[in-house]
Amino acid sequence: MSKWNEEFFIEKGLLLTAISSVIVIALIIIFIFREGLPALQSVGFFSFLFGMEWAPSNGQYGIFPMIIGSLGITALSLLMAVPLGVFCAIFLSEIAPSKIRKILNPTIQTLAGIPSVVYGFFGLVLLVPFMRVQFGGTGFSMFTASVILTVMILPIIVSVSEDALRSIPVEYKEASLALGATHWQTIKNVIFPAAIPGIITSVILGMGRAIGETLAIIMVAGNVVQIPGSIMDPVRALTSNIAIEMGYATGVHYNALFATGIVLVFMIIVLLVIANYFHYKKKVTIGGGYL
Amino acid sequence: MDMKYIIGIIVAIIVIAGAYFALAGSGGQEKITIVGSTSVQPVAEKLATEYMKKNPDVKITVQGGGSSVGIKSVQDGTANIGTSSKALKANESQELTQWEIGKDGIAIIVNKNNAINGLTMDQVKGILSGNITNWKEVGGADAKINVVVREEGSGTRDAVQEIVLGKTSNGTKVEFVKEAIVQSSTEAVQQAVAQDPNAVGFISFASVKDAKALQINNVSPTEATILDGTYKIQRPFIFLVKGDATGAVKTFLDWVNGPEGQAIIKSDKVVPTGKQVNSTS
Repeated sequence: MSKWNEEFFIEKGLLLTAISSVIVIALIIIFIFREGLPALQSVGFFSFLFGMEWAPSNGQYGIFPMIIGSLGITALSLLMAVPLGVFCAIFLSEIAPSKIRKILNPTIQTLAGIPSVVYGFFGLVLLVPFMRVQFGGTGFSMFTASVILTVMILPIIVSVSEDALRSIPVEYKEASLALGATHWQTIKNVIFPAAIPGIITSVILGMGRAIGETLAIIMVAGNVVQIPGSIMDPVRALTSNIAIEMGYATGVHYNALFATGIVLVFMIIVLLVIANYFHYKKKVTIGGGYL
Repeated sequence: MDMKYIIGIIVAIIVIAGAYFALAGSGGQEKITIVGSTSVQPVAEKLATEYMKKNPDVKITVQGGGSSVGIKSVQDGTANIGTSSKALKANESQELTQWEIGKDGIAIIVNKNNAINGLTMDQVKGILSGNITNWKEVGGADAKINVVVREEGSGTRDAVQEIVLGKTSNGTKVEFVKEAIVQSSTEAVQQAVAQDPNAVGFISFASVKDAKALQINNVSPTEATILDGTYKIQRPFIFLVKGDATGAVKTFLDWVNGPEGQAIIKSDKVVPTGKQVNSTS
């Protein structure tokens, strides 16, 4: 085989691996649209999206409470996980002595490796009773689900943010310290702002995990189709709705679950676009290159 | 590129493919597909495993999907045996032979620390539909009742809705209380009830372990009361075949309804009956 041939095959081969993910996404979107559209047609787009009642046995398919549920759980868990994760990352990258880091890093990575069903079961038998005793109600709530999710997305936010903070050139830090700034002033005014694009990436990844998480949420959120009056009320997420009912669904019900999937995919796309916009807007340019 | 690698890869693929066909296609195997009720699935799987141990030349696959899927699959021939956890209506059972392999009781469960030991059918209906919301209304402590139900489509949920809740005077189904917590498996319902002193739920009698099964109209759920019909919240487990069973399917069904099969059904706490039945309506 000639050199030229080798180059040609390697190039095309690499291209193929690169576009395979695009093809997979395209196929998935085509598939969920084909399966979901009949439901949108028979129920009506707006009464599906903004309908308040979900009762498949009566032919009522409204997913608005679940959209609120998914967004609520995700927002609440990000509210807890982002400060916790980012401060933890600052500590790990800037302050922690290497001994502590050697213990903390593997511990945090282990959190990422625990299967979600384990988180869910832990939540069901320990966290739910705790919440019931502390806050009343049934213990199954949006808040309980967000606490579990916080723990699940923490490792992503910590490790990606830590990498971002570490990738800041050491000259920045040295220059800041040489100008007489304290360590905290350097972190606050130099290192952290420079690392913001990477930190936003960590939040995007965490958000993706949070909105897509299913199993753990099913076990602790209560799965009641209602718009929560407070964060202590049970809710159902879009993902949970698909997973809970897919096993039995036939006909329009089955299509409606795929339509739920369409909504979920679009929600994630919109959130990603917003997050990416901020990611690029905040990019620091130095000497014509991105940091 | 080194030709050796390419040849190596091709050889590896051939070997793997060959091994697959050699193992998968060890010819002459009879195949039986069982599709249907997720409630019947565990006991059907146990029956299939035991039967295949004794008859290695028969391959049985068991799939879920729900009772209606089971009825449909056996009607259109995609399954050899359909399973159902509800009695068939007359229009569903055309051309089908039904074997009731056993009866399954559904227990109304409460926390072990709940003082209540029994309820009437009407009280259970009131609680599950949301008309009774405090335990003191049925003689218990002054605490709000937390209802835990199964998800829409579950056979257990359908059975409770049909047997306990029934229909209103104008013929529409009575719904479960809207605020009820939804859990998607028997074990999740049981755990939810086991950790909440004010919860009430319903699961298959066979699975009750960490919770207390209530007496209904003063009858405890036991094998005897389920068999003689005095415990009212129960449903049949039915195997369906199209027309008359023949060949491997017939041998399997005879074994299921024989002493060995019935012993396995009994070990799963389903009360074995093993009789041919006709549609109820």
